[in-house]
Amino acid sequence: MKKLESSLLNMVVVLTVVAAVAAGLLAWVNHVTEGPISLQAQKTLADGIKAVMGCDDITVAAPDSITKDYDGKKSTYVVYTVKDNVGNELGKAVESTVMAFGGEMKVLVGFNRDNVILGYRVLESAETPGLGQKADTWFQKSGKGCIVGRRMSSDAPLKVNKDNGDVDAITASTITSRAFLKAVNRAFDAYINESDGATGASSKADGATGASHKADGLTGASPKADGATGVNHKEKAVKTDGKSSDKERSNK
Amino acid sequence: MNKLKIITNGIVRENPTFVLLLGMCPTLATTTSAQNGLLMGLATMFVLVCANVAVSLIKNLTPDKVRIPVFVVVIASFVTILQMMLAAWLPSVNASLGLYIPLIVVNCVILGRAEAFACKHTPFESLLDGVGIGLGFTLGLTLLGMAREVLGAGTVFGLHLLPETMGMLVFILPPGAFITLGYLIAIINKVRKTE
Repeated sequence: MKKLESSLLNMVVVLTVVAAVAAGLLAWVNHVTEGPISLQAQKTLADGIKAVMGCDDITVAAPDSITKDYDGKKSTYVVYTVKDNVGNELGKAVESTVMAFGGEMKVLVGFNRDNVILGYRVLESAETPGLGQKADTWFQKSGKGCIVGRRMSSDAPLKVNKDNGDVDAITASTITSRAFLKAVNRAFDAYINESDGATGASSKADGATGASHKADGLTGASPKADGATGVNHKEKAVKTDGKSSDKERSNK
Repeated sequence: MNKLKIITNGIVRENPTFVLLLGMCPTLATTTSAQNGLLMGLATMFVLVCANVAVSLIKNLTPDKVRIPVFVVVIASFVTILQMMLAAWLPSVNASLGLYIPLIVVNCVILGRAEAFACKHTPFESLLDGVGIGLGFTLGLTLLGMAREVLGAGTVFGLHLLPETMGMLVFILPPGAFITLGYLIAIINKVRKTE
């Protein structure tokens, strides 16, 4: 078998050609899968919001991004205002991310206007299967640590039994359970802030751009699209910083 | 070499998990359940087959001194393609395997077979070898995943076999992975020696 000899020219040419072909192939596959990937993300989010609010006939307005400071570290919460088809506000769904046992955990929690938890869904987690992974069912209505249906209040955050709380932690997964409840408590804090229209705490981070693209898909799909965005503009006018986020909104 | 023998070689005589002891990192990390092990094995098999064929096709055009960088680029490209396809069309698989899909790039089995087999055989033989080793790897992972899942949680592919309280926690955690793998290798090698 005669191979190309390892002269400098040959090596450089072959490496360049291989890199170029690989890049071209990857760019093509990326192009082909871009659409389905963003569709999947939108679908997961839309399904998630329907599941946590416990209702299928809903309209979701463009989300707000709230950045809060906890112990010197900033975290971002995405709040989706959910209305039923007549325009009454059902509540809000909040995406909350915390550091759990095996990595970051992203939870979507649905609150109604009486501060009651309507439902939750674990969107992303890196927990151990059979242990921390059980968080997706343990705290649901049928689980041992049920938090669905509880009314939240700012001065009584949810805590596990070990921390003098009343929520049953997952057996042998206290760290995951604590992190999960932290996510839910912080989601509630963000929800309270959003409902009070606190201008100080909320900032339209760049996360909003990505989020508004997602919202385009959602509002496009629902019949009350114009109504939702129309109402939203009014709400946004109160909070806007006049930053680049305005530009993005006009693209809608 | 008899074509069928290439495939069975990868499953039995040169099984990457129990004989060659290659690709231990994903083996230990993703076998917390039988399903995760199976999915990881299949994903690796896909990359292995594609990489073997590609390497075999360009083996004469690759100068000896740059073959490792070239092979790694080829393998990494296929893994990225796999990841994009999973994210687009099989998001649940993407979610369960998560971080371990990009780690397939550094799986020794793939680069090892490219070096040891693909660059010395024809594309078709390399394809068969990829299938054989891939099946052997998948078998190894699935077996280990089943063992750990039964001992740790009492289930197999989600079906309850033993009551959950009988599950020994250690088998789902890393130390249990090493212990289970060690015993499996011992048992299989004992069986092979007595044949």
